[in-house]
Amino acid sequence: MDVKLKNKYDVIVIGGGITGAGTARDCAMRGLSVLLIERFDYAQGATGRNHGLLHSGARYAVTDQESATECIQENMILRKVASHCVEETDGLFITLPEDDLGYQATFVESCQRAGIRADIIDPAEAKILEPSVNPTLIGAVRIPDASIDPFRLTVANVVDARLHGADTLTYHEVTELIIDQTRVVGVKMRDQLTGEMREAYADLTINAAGIWGMLVAKMAGITVNMFPAKGALLIFGHRVNNMVINRCRKPANADILVPDDAVCVIGTTSDRVPIETCDDMKVTDEEVKVLLTEGAQLAPALATTRILRAYAGVRPLVASDNDPSGRSISRGIVTLDHATRDGMEGFVTITGGKMMTYRLMAEMVTDLACKKLGVNKACETATTPLPGSESKKSEETLRTYNFAQKTADGRHGTYTKDIKPADTLESSLVCECEGVSVAEVDYAVNEQNVTNLIDLRRRTRMGMGTCQGQLCACRAAGQLCQGNHAEEAAADLADFVNERWKGMKPVAWGATLNEAQLTAMVYEDLCGLNQFVKEGGKK
Amino acid sequence: MADLQINSESVFNFEQCLKCSVCTVYCPVSAVNPAYPGPKQAGPDGERYRLKNPVFFDENLKKCLNCKRCEVACPQNVKVGDIIQAARMKYSTHKPSLRDRILASTDFVGTMANRFAPIVNMTLAMGLTKSVMHSTIGVDKHRQFPAYSSKRFETWYKRNAKAQQAQYDKQVSYFHGCYVNYNFPKLGQDLVKIMNAVGYGVQLLEKEKCCGVAKIANGLYDQAKKHGNINIESIRKAKEEGRVTLATSSTCCFTIRDEYEHILGLEAADVRESMTLATRFLYHLLDEGKIKLAFRSDYKKRVAYHSACHMERMGWVFYSTELLKMIPGVEFTMLDSQCCGISGTYGFKRENYETSQAIGAGLFKQIKELAPDCVSTDCETCKWQIEMSTGVPVENPICIIADALDVEETIKLNS
Repeated sequence: MDVKLKNKYDVIVIGGGITGAGTARDCAMRGLSVLLIERFDYAQGATGRNHGLLHSGARYAVTDQESATECIQENMILRKVASHCVEETDGLFITLPEDDLGYQATFVESCQRAGIRADIIDPAEAKILEPSVNPTLIGAVRIPDASIDPFRLTVANVVDARLHGADTLTYHEVTELIIDQTRVVGVKMRDQLTGEMREAYADLTINAAGIWGMLVAKMAGITVNMFPAKGALLIFGHRVNNMVINRCRKPANADILVPDDAVCVIGTTSDRVPIETCDDMKVTDEEVKVLLTEGAQLAPALATTRILRAYAGVRPLVASDNDPSGRSISRGIVTLDHATRDGMEGFVTITGGKMMTYRLMAEMVTDLACKKLGVNKACETATTPLPGSESKKSEETLRTYNFAQKTADGRHGTYTKDIKPADTLESSLVCECEGVSVAEVDYAVNEQNVTNLIDLRRRTRMGMGTCQGQLCACRAAGQLCQGNHAEEAAADLADFVNERWKGMKPVAWGATLNEAQLTAMVYEDLCGLNQFVKEGGKK
Repeated sequence: MADLQINSESVFNFEQCLKCSVCTVYCPVSAVNPAYPGPKQAGPDGERYRLKNPVFFDENLKKCLNCKRCEVACPQNVKVGDIIQAARMKYSTHKPSLRDRILASTDFVGTMANRFAPIVNMTLAMGLTKSVMHSTIGVDKHRQFPAYSSKRFETWYKRNAKAQQAQYDKQVSYFHGCYVNYNFPKLGQDLVKIMNAVGYGVQLLEKEKCCGVAKIANGLYDQAKKHGNINIESIRKAKEEGRVTLATSSTCCFTIRDEYEHILGLEAADVRESMTLATRFLYHLLDEGKIKLAFRSDYKKRVAYHSACHMERMGWVFYSTELLKMIPGVEFTMLDSQCCGISGTYGFKRENYETSQAIGAGLFKQIKELAPDCVSTDCETCKWQIEMSTGVPVENPICIIADALDVEETIKLNS
């Protein structure tokens, strides 16, 4: 998608994760002219590498009341404004025999203080509600956790920002902040696909680049003390549980199991890592072991369920400004006005927080932007539905749909109406595991900024199912290139297949290993795809 | 690391699916009817989403024949057909129609029809009856109904065979099934003839009900379970008394051995191995040198064998074909393994007629070109389909063996 840049914007937002996308939307809704710049693809960083959990806030209730209160408020808002991204599953906090049942009372009391509904239920009832739960449990509390899809959420925010006039760029990396004495006036950026350098100007530049925000701030000579914390997760082949299952104890490793779409996800671990490793994180054997062992404590079936892949994300934890040692780490939202903090005008940073609170973060930083730019318009994101979430279809309507239409409705909500297969070919499936039709691929390409197969995966779930791209990747590559630039399409296909293998490798045994071998036979031995791996590309 | 996942095979067998799609390649329905999602989609793929929300169930799953060719094809031993049947059972909101109930009640309808066999046979053969059934209840007008016999096999057995059976030291039980009982007692009589000749007495089960395959296919699960339990109990009793239970219908045998447990969830594991097909039982006895067969020298027949789907699933085609090949007068041809398209009651339904005939087309063509004296198969519904569609007579291997058998010589060899 070729974007003709304006001479000057009110606001440039750096970072196409959920925070940046939400900020771009909020700014655009308040009438500001906005340019959103993403280095790779939307939700490629931490946004797309978490549990997909719509926290009730219960997890933070005992240790961090402020976060807990923010969570439950945002939880209730997102159920309404992002309904097509949310599945209202509810959740359990279970106590196992080796846990202190006394903690339950503290937990429930803290939840209630934060405004989180927390009902103690009989363990027997918990087993009926969620048959996969560890049957030895001695206590259970039901709380309003839910499942949320971060990819859909981010793209819906971007789409709405565009509908409100924002310009958006993917695959553009900010290489330099353009500084006029003590004011950031714009950015220099590199088009990652063509190598071309471009410039854009704005009254205010908002740094919403997550953990990479510390590098952006450095371009203005500003230090933001951040601590990348790696969290690893495992995806299982099908839904073991239909409710979120948490452990009722002080937050620890691998104590949340979330049902997402047709899979479930166990996580996380938490380890400090150097910023240099954040672009290419690998899940270690030790992490897999912890996740699997602890996960099987929540739902014993995990011990016998096929694992599709392992992945890791980075939490952007921020040290308090008055504590340069970094010992006092906050998971709370941090808004930094670099004019008052560092004497640099035209530049603010929004960081910390969680995916859960992205809307609130966007509201806070947009309030600040409006104040600086002299705009007086109230935030409406808490009540205006995102594109796709305007209404919800009844089960009766869904029943009349075919598989691809049903799954597409989960991904695009009301926008499913724009996916119109013209004939049998267009309604046929590209991705059979996740029900992605040719028409949906075309829709994603035309309407949702897809430049390669990995982008397509984030928009549609193509390649996220059991076969991890074995059947669909090749078909999707053909659909994407439409017979043009075949060599580049083959290289893209090779990248995609290798990216899938990266996630499978840490859990490559049993059926997952067989799957990988079959995929390798098809792509390497049969198609000779190796010859298309780009110079310096991953093998 | 893998040692953490001790039994890395989930209770949900679909997890083993590698998405190779070979099941869809072998699916007879997928080949002719694009409205059917195919075994991979209807089975393992669909199951993941049905676990998320039952709204993902697709009523098109009723287009599955339950032929299990997908399971035979699967290199990972995924029970694709079972997953599809289980999903239909769990999620379908479709209620069996009057037509479905009639077709499923092979035993009840058979009992009624026996009493008035000549009238029933004549009526069912009339064009008017066919077109009325076609337009009212949806039984396809092209179908030929199997003729009903005026004397049931059970009646014949009690009057003509029962008393003689006690003289044999060795005994087997016989699950004759509805077809032998109501339509074609000769097959049962032929089995008794062969078993007696090799020194085995044949007993009926204490109680026998329809195996239930048609009830499962038509959504009458509770009835199927009820009858299933009665059959299991009878087979168990025979087992306790030292008798193996033989069947001459591959589908009855398959249903009792596998579908009772996998689809209906009945506890039948302990009787599974004491239920077998007569040809398999005979083959093993011959192979172990425990019996001998002698055949008439004047018997001559060109026989083409059709491997019924459930024979393929059990992996027992070998036993029937080896027996046929032992008959000196048989000129044997193996037909390509493909579904005939009838699948029990499936092909009788108006909405399935075209699909049914399209599936069988390749097989019919091969048979017509070959023009054998008869086709042989272990399944009665394949017999109806092939006879109707090719005009070539179809015989169960047991009937061919019985016809070719030199009874006196065989008795001598085995005494």
